[in-house]
Amino acid sequence: MMDAARLESILSRYEGEPYDLIPVLQEIQDTYGYLPKDEVKEVARRLKVPLTQIYSVATFYKMFSLIPKGKHQVKVCLGTTCHLKGGPRLVDSLCSRLGVEVGYTSKDGQFSLETVGCLGSCAQAPVMMVDDKYYARVTVDKVPKILKLYQS
Amino acid sequence: MPKFESLDHLNEYRRQLRAKRDPKQPQVLVCAGPGCLPLGSEEVAQAFRAQMEEKGLNGKVALKTSGCHGLCARGVRVLIRPQEIAYQKVTPADVPEIVETTLVGGGVVERLLHEEPETHARCQHKGDIPFYRGQQSIVLRKLDVIDPESLDDYLALGGYRSLRKVFFEMTPDDVIDAVERSGLRGRGGGGFPTGRKWRICRDTEEPIKFVICNGDEGDPGAFMDRAVMEGDPHAVIEGMIIGAYAIGARRGYIYVRHEYPLAVKRLTLAIQQAREAGFLGKNILRSGFDFDLQISQGSGAFVCGEETALIASIEGHIGEPMPRPPYPAISGLFGQPTIINNVETWANVPEIINMGPEWFAGIGTEGSKGTKVFSLVGAIHHSGLVEVPMGTTLREIVFNLGGGIPGGRAFKAVQTGGPSGGCIPAEFLDLPVDYDSLQQVGSIMGSGGLIVMDETSCMVDVARYFIGFLYEESCGKCTPCREGLKQLKKIYEDITQGRGEEGHIALMEDLCAAMASASICGLGQSAVNPVLSTLKFFRHEYEAHIRDKKCPALVCRPLLKYTIDPETCTGCLACVRECPVGAISGVKKEAQEIDQELCIKCGLCFEVCQFDAVRRE
Repeated sequence: MMDAARLESILSRYEGEPYDLIPVLQEIQDTYGYLPKDEVKEVARRLKVPLTQIYSVATFYKMFSLIPKGKHQVKVCLGTTCHLKGGPRLVDSLCSRLGVEVGYTSKDGQFSLETVGCLGSCAQAPVMMVDDKYYARVTVDKVPKILKLYQS
Repeated sequence: MPKFESLDHLNEYRRQLRAKRDPKQPQVLVCAGPGCLPLGSEEVAQAFRAQMEEKGLNGKVALKTSGCHGLCARGVRVLIRPQEIAYQKVTPADVPEIVETTLVGGGVVERLLHEEPETHARCQHKGDIPFYRGQQSIVLRKLDVIDPESLDDYLALGGYRSLRKVFFEMTPDDVIDAVERSGLRGRGGGGFPTGRKWRICRDTEEPIKFVICNGDEGDPGAFMDRAVMEGDPHAVIEGMIIGAYAIGARRGYIYVRHEYPLAVKRLTLAIQQAREAGFLGKNILRSGFDFDLQISQGSGAFVCGEETALIASIEGHIGEPMPRPPYPAISGLFGQPTIINNVETWANVPEIINMGPEWFAGIGTEGSKGTKVFSLVGAIHHSGLVEVPMGTTLREIVFNLGGGIPGGRAFKAVQTGGPSGGCIPAEFLDLPVDYDSLQQVGSIMGSGGLIVMDETSCMVDVARYFIGFLYEESCGKCTPCREGLKQLKKIYEDITQGRGEEGHIALMEDLCAAMASASICGLGQSAVNPVLSTLKFFRHEYEAHIRDKKCPALVCRPLLKYTIDPETCTGCLACVRECPVGAISGVKKEAQEIDQELCIKCGLCFEVCQFDAVRRE
């Protein structure tokens, strides 16, 4: 069911013009953790933007997801320095520990795993992020300890 | 913060601000830049707060969390002023000693001082550290001394002073003249003369114009824009106000990538402060000039760093670039003339106005004026942000500022300019770094990422990495870029997995020629740089992969073989626990063995082994 009040409070902050599309979708993504279908349809109607354009935007930008994300977002940086210093091995370790591929959510709904181009903390490579917290110079043996902090 | 109605009002406020501030007052500045934040600078600041409370130092000593201190490798960094003592690797546990010894006792905690890697000499003051000594700061100059959330801090250091000159002593044409004479070129990488771009935009007849700050720093290995947006947001805003006045824009956007939430927060706050103080909004300082700014957030697309794609994104579309011309300076956002400059370019503008264009033009080389901020990372002792005059040599940056390569390993290459840049080998270490000389050796300045590589980096793998990155990030609109990258990626996979063939190199060169000449935007046109520069300077490595099926740097996984040395293995089972395919077997406390059939060569065993028992060849 669509939570009309919640969507309304997001839309009320905008002028309702087509160029508001991306910020509106960003707020929906941040609030709901993904872009729910009914909300997307309502946004199309209110901003007078065709649904096809919304889906084209939603699938183009990496930030948006059409399926719910996990409770915690795990992001592994694969910038150049992280790549050179073992970022790909972190991804491997996380994939096997969480039992997911990159871009997916673990079965228990706890973790979504993503890779990012660069988090801008190159001096501390390899870097990963869980929700808003950065972890510096992560080696594979630190992975279980970090995950444990978020397992409930 | 009052709303400044006039210049006199602002000047009076600044006078009072300065009078209230004692330059001798002890200050503790905890770095909360991109390097130190993940190492726990918040916890360190918290520890200072608690400790200072306990010792009754509140009110006597000022505590600030500041922007990047530059030398990120040894975070968390703490600067004690006015003595300028630079502490490094500070943890919350070190805080009581710093408070006791330095703040109360006036002494120095020796063990937290900077130590030079080769000589082990300790440097007490910031200015003694070779990393800082070789720099000249314009853009980074305030980062380690101000609280980025305090407009007062910015004003006390002369912030928004340039507006006086601009609004009351200069016509828009004078401003453009000054920027032209300064020789400032776009710091985002293109290096187009900023003043000329402004003039083109000013000369259009359209009444509605825009200015945009490109804060979509997506280049892997670059974080200077992040550091500036987070550490000195008002400098960017001030630069944009000047630019808007010069071209006659009433509205501006700062486009920030969403991977930088702290930059969004700090800029949002700074805009709000500037609005309240009357630097943004209607009739700024009673000059009759109206201008306002807003933030537009990126949504995770590297191609949006390209200006036409960025404009499409602000308009609510997917980030597809448009063929140029028309250039955005003629027809940009919503079809109106638009100036896009990157963060560092904007941040230079107030200083050019304050200090004069001749001063700026006196720094740098013939064709590249001023300074450039580089993020210096990779196989190097002192990773961090450096700002040096244009024309400083790579050797100076890598060895004098960066302290050279750790572990006694040899320098192999420096990669400049992000994924669209190239790899420069040791023979060009004495190259003066500016726009033109980098281009001559097949690389680019880009936004200023400098990634140092030693002999443990495989140049084929590095190029494969960049091509893979660009393939993922290509918007797919034009065929040369979309299909070219796909084919290049496939060839790289073949080569690094042992399926390389003799004709591959020639094929790559053909693909690169087509992409460079026919792609719509910079992403596709410059994607050939990593390929061509590594082919040119490290061809033997490609040949080793193709002919001998060997990776000389031991990086390309499928060409490696992992074994366990039974003599050194203690049977701790760390590798058994980590192996994702169960290829390692054996009894606890006895030597383990790797099943070569099952092994996927991921190298996790090599990484976790504490006893160097896993062999890689």
